[in-house]
Amino acid sequence: MSEALGWWGVPLAIAAGTMRGGTPFLFVSLGECLTEKSGKINLGLEGTLLTGAMTAYAISYLTRNSLGNVLAPIFGVLVAGLAGAILGAIHGWLAQQRRVNDVAVGIAMIIFGSGIAFFFGKPFIQPVAPQLPTLDLGNWSSLPAVQAAFKISPLFIFGLILAPVMQWFFRATRWGLLIRAVGDAPEAARAMGVSIFKVRMLSIMGGSFLAGIGGASLSLYYPGVWTEMISSGQGLMAVALVIFARWNPMQCLYASLLFGGAQALGPALQSVGVDSFYYLFNAAPYVLTLGIMILTCSPKKTLTGAPGALGKEN
Amino acid sequence: MLTRKHIESVVLPLSAILVALLLFGLFCLAAGANPFGVYSSIYKAAFGQWSSWQNSLIRAAPLMLSALCTALPARLGLVIIGNEGALVMGGIGAISIGLAMGTAAPPLVVQILMALAGMLFGGVWIVIVGALRHWRGVNETISSLLMNYVAIALLNHLVEGPMKDPASLNKPSTFPLESLYQVGNIPGTRIHYGLVYGIIACIIAYILIQRTTFGFAARTAGGNLRAARIAGLPVGQLTLAICFLAGACAGLAGMVEVAAVHGRANASLNVGYGYGGILVAFVARHNPLAAGVIAVLLGGILASGGILQRSHGLPDATVLVFQGLVFLCVLYSESRYGTIAALQPQSNVTRNA
Repeated sequence: MSEALGWWGVPLAIAAGTMRGGTPFLFVSLGECLTEKSGKINLGLEGTLLTGAMTAYAISYLTRNSLGNVLAPIFGVLVAGLAGAILGAIHGWLAQQRRVNDVAVGIAMIIFGSGIAFFFGKPFIQPVAPQLPTLDLGNWSSLPAVQAAFKISPLFIFGLILAPVMQWFFRATRWGLLIRAVGDAPEAARAMGVSIFKVRMLSIMGGSFLAGIGGASLSLYYPGVWTEMISSGQGLMAVALVIFARWNPMQCLYASLLFGGAQALGPALQSVGVDSFYYLFNAAPYVLTLGIMILTCSPKKTLTGAPGALGKEN
Repeated sequence: MLTRKHIESVVLPLSAILVALLLFGLFCLAAGANPFGVYSSIYKAAFGQWSSWQNSLIRAAPLMLSALCTALPARLGLVIIGNEGALVMGGIGAISIGLAMGTAAPPLVVQILMALAGMLFGGVWIVIVGALRHWRGVNETISSLLMNYVAIALLNHLVEGPMKDPASLNKPSTFPLESLYQVGNIPGTRIHYGLVYGIIACIIAYILIQRTTFGFAARTAGGNLRAARIAGLPVGQLTLAICFLAGACAGLAGMVEVAAVHGRANASLNVGYGYGGILVAFVARHNPLAAGVIAVLLGGILASGGILQRSHGLPDATVLVFQGLVFLCVLYSESRYGTIAALQPQSNVTRNA
């Protein structure tokens, strides 16, 4: 894509990558942020992301004739969110049983979620589903590469709005306070007469709903196909990213953009002819995640912003 | 002496597997397949006759080794799921030594060196995870899972670049290992000696954890970290040692896959023995001996993947769905310990009777 741009293609591709590749990170990390604020961790969002991607693609393909090419993918996004919420309900119920470890449930949900996605997704690998419409902000340029880079997804914009809204939700609303109370001091919340089970269940389901939408942005926007290789650990990186973002929705947004850019590095360098380390550059996001975790974690004290009940037994 | 507690820890996981089978049957029914047909196909493909037993046991070998990568750190209270990465790194280490030895060295020496290299590579890979946990407080579950992707990227880099055999077009691979150096089969079977490695590793791991001071120290630290520190146990050294052993087991699985099954390193290394190993470890409740048994069961289920596709038209991901169901049911069974009256010790007097 960068033939006409030469090396300028690299920053352009990274800029485009921050928006395109950052969108799934954004939804999954906001979802995980909501989940963890209630005091439970959901590692299974990797499976939710895959299920969301498959569901969105399949629904968009199946309803393309009855709903048309614009409504079908939008309907796909919604159903992907619902599919995510169903997986979330399984996680929410199981992870709150006595003596059951939420991390282990998450690992099981990665296996189960990807199994479901691959099982039902098999017939949809070949067909072409209608994609989400995009906002084309690059028409000022005659270069196709620039135009492609500035095709912005409405999902990205929705995510951009969602981050500050979630920030406000946690800070200023009664529901936000309830979730924080359950996550920080479950005993106090119980004394207030709040059902910890219900609050956590709804938070986990809501978080999984968002992760399902994140999956839809993979299959209906960028890269815009459904394959079994579509998510390679993005769901998991997003979980790590929440720690880096200190459980703060706005910082989740910035971190997601950073990760989207890192992910675009490998393909961008390959497009200008640096392909001898292509596969190693593909490891950039994972190494970046690890590096960030090493820098931000501390063995001595609990992290600022960490919900108090996170990692505690039921 | 079998106490009711022992019976409980056998009955609950087994009932969990039965419930998972039931749910899986309903799932197959919903997908339009006959559940009883599916069950009988799985049984036939896994344990129906000697040749299917051999298929299952060949798959069980890497599974039990990879399961130890999760089971050992679990005794220390760490949830490590870097099995796939350590397995891949072990494969890379083994093939590197195997290819570097030329053609003239004695096969046994080469095989021992390959096994050691595999264990070293896998061990160091997980030691990184343990070290980050101990000194930086980095969540070991997430870091080990991220390391999987790094290891796979490294493998892709090597088989597409520096170590690529130009003759491998469809599936980029390293140069093949000299057939002389490959790990052979147990006489009279198609099962390679990797199974023996696996069984020995499980027994050693069991003795180490249950019957040595080292294992006792590790279990103490896993039970109560603060108490272990106060008692003066070297928690850091324990963490690193356990992580090294854990990674070494998974690395050995990679060596077995390279030296006994594929004869070269390629993408066949990361086909899911890592994730299967996690499941085995959890179903076995992190008991190394039980992991050996469960690995044979799961090996059988993996071996039946092909037949489900051919005779029932179910996609190959069916096996993955089943694994997920088993995992979820086993986790649920954790919450049932101590709740079933018939399985509780009746009183202290009759407890050991």
